[in-house]
Amino acid sequence: MAYVAVKGGEQAIAAAHAWRAEARRGDPAVSKLEPAQIEGQLGRAVERVMAEGSLYDRGLAALAIAQAEGDLIEAAFLLRAYRTTLPRFGVSLPLDTTAMAIQRRISAVFKDLPGGQVLGPTTDYTHRLIDFALPAQDLPPAAPMAEPDPAPMPRVADLLAAEGLIRPDPADAGEPADLTRAPPALPLPRAARLQGLARGDEGFLLGMGYSTQRGYGGSHPFAGEIRMGAVSVEIIPDELGFAIDIGDVVLTECQMVNQFHGTKTEPARFTTGYGLAFGQADRRAMSMALVDRALQAGDLGEDVTAPAQDAEFVLSHADNIEATGFVEHLKLPHYVDFQSEIEAVRRLHAQARAHAEAEAAE
Amino acid sequence: MMLAPDLPGFADPVADAQATFRAVLDAMARPGTIHAVAPGLDAPAPLDPATAALLLTLVDPDTPLWVEPALAPARDWIAFHCGALLVAVPEAASFLLATVLPPLDTLRRGSDEAPEEGASVILQLSALGEGTRFRLDGPGLAAPASFAAAGLGAGFVAAWHANRAGFPRGVDLLLGCDTRIAALPRSVAVDQI
Amino acid sequence: MMTDTAPPTQPNDAEKTPRQRWMAVLARAGAEAIAARLRRAEAIPEWRRLRGPDTGLVMLRGRSGGGGASFNLGEMTVTRCTLRLASGLVGHATVAGRNLRHAELAALADALLQDPARQDALLADLIAPLAAAQQVQRQALAARAAATRVQFFALQTMRT
Repeated sequence: MAYVAVKGGEQAIAAAHAWRAEARRGDPAVSKLEPAQIEGQLGRAVERVMAEGSLYDRGLAALAIAQAEGDLIEAAFLLRAYRTTLPRFGVSLPLDTTAMAIQRRISAVFKDLPGGQVLGPTTDYTHRLIDFALPAQDLPPAAPMAEPDPAPMPRVADLLAAEGLIRPDPADAGEPADLTRAPPALPLPRAARLQGLARGDEGFLLGMGYSTQRGYGGSHPFAGEIRMGAVSVEIIPDELGFAIDIGDVVLTECQMVNQFHGTKTEPARFTTGYGLAFGQADRRAMSMALVDRALQAGDLGEDVTAPAQDAEFVLSHADNIEATGFVEHLKLPHYVDFQSEIEAVRRLHAQARAHAEAEAAE
Repeated sequence: MMLAPDLPGFADPVADAQATFRAVLDAMARPGTIHAVAPGLDAPAPLDPATAALLLTLVDPDTPLWVEPALAPARDWIAFHCGALLVAVPEAASFLLATVLPPLDTLRRGSDEAPEEGASVILQLSALGEGTRFRLDGPGLAAPASFAAAGLGAGFVAAWHANRAGFPRGVDLLLGCDTRIAALPRSVAVDQI
Repeated sequence: MMTDTAPPTQPNDAEKTPRQRWMAVLARAGAEAIAARLRRAEAIPEWRRLRGPDTGLVMLRGRSGGGGASFNLGEMTVTRCTLRLASGLVGHATVAGRNLRHAELAALADALLQDPARQDALLADLIAPLAAAQQVQRQALAARAAATRVQFFALQTMRT
């Protein structure tokens, strides 16, 4: 019997996949969606899939989105699965975001700052009105250009640090934890928290970050700086022994500046939360920075009272690949588990009936 | 820093590593059986092609490797093609590459919770299928089988008894000679005939 | 295997050796652009692949706060190739992405560029034009960014 059921299941699964493939293609009269179109025209989706798939590869993320029919969690899952097939050649030198080729750089705390406020290709100032003219538009007019200012753009946090007004981030503490290799022990070091947040679900990070603003572990944040642009990646291959530049990644970095009242041993200073995200991703980087700051509560001697301050809670539930696996596994056969439960309930019912009949007979 | 070696690795890295891995699985599942590997692999001196193929298949940056000093001329090749993390002491290694069996009781044996963390020794022998004869018995063998090899050393049987006594903890042995491999997993009982 | 302990700062462009500079240019060039320019180079000697081209991962490291302790941000795909010319010169490339041909051509160009008899011609005919095209792209982005820089006229008026 079991064998027959497996064969029947195989056929049903094959038919389901064939139907899915047909449905994925959609109306044959409409031209097929190419991954290059997704890569070029759905950049924010590509970047979210890269972040949550924890793999920077725009073309691969675009293909995954096409295969997953726009289900971005499924697409990130495909990327995670693909990365397990590849060897890791090594690690990069720490990315130098001060040397970023700036496309966007804004600060909500200083209006005038060296290098100025550069909006970049933002949607912040649109009216969120659906553009019914978009389908008819072919090429938009070229964006204006201006002479770049060669002045450097120091980080806002570094400007505050120069005045001693900000609590400095501890310097390099040796080899950082790597969640992809070994589950780290609690309490999680900050490196493990940042890695977990960087690959966390954007909706979850947003909700957690929002909760801190609404009073659940709040620390009155300001967006000290958000910058976006290309950063070069350098590695040191063993056979060369010197650093080589292997290309660029586009990143968004956010530094939140938060209140800190000080303790008996520490003066009142600003603290920071840090966010770093693949691509142009203000919301992700800002949410990450809010949650990173909330998770420093323990390190700073603050009371840990809110969900966003609880590293075990946040990091255990931020990963949407793990979450979807555990939630969706419930639809897989649990026939044997359930059989034991239903038998127990039937037995209880039978006992109750027998008890009632016995009482009625007395 | 190391130098790029003169010789390449597998001609077809994926297919050749898969074929070698299949041979390792068969060798581990049927202790003492001999399997051909590495057709055409140009191994760096003093490695045999079989030993080189085992390294290319099993060793990577996540598996610390100890290399016996006598095999040091192949270190650059191993580091370059396997990305191996070379360690100075046998106790730190997941894999050991040797021509003389190191004292097994000094190697990683794993734990009852994680027996897979026990070390594997890749031992390059002077002969496989001839030499000292042993009787093998245990999982994977329907009946006791005979096995012959040269180069396992005088105290091997006693050392292996001690290794097997700690099961599931212990060390596994992969044997290479010319273009052939065999394996003695920690579960197999070995006696001299 | 690359080193896990990174120096605290990256060398800026001026501190780079000529080889580091041409490798950075080749890593950002398209496979076709390198191939087209190598076809015009003088007879290319035989070469033998030592490793790759093969695709793998590099773990990208960030720093908390941008300058603090390092953490693992996420991985990227890279493709590497090492080859040896008949003359013995060894060329290496590791480039972002999954293009095997790109890595092999970049490694070949790296080997040829180490040959003193060829270096000047290749720097002029291969590297310089690729670098110029990359600089044009960078400047186009920088110029668009500059056009979105906010000019606070009200503030300037108040100050004068």
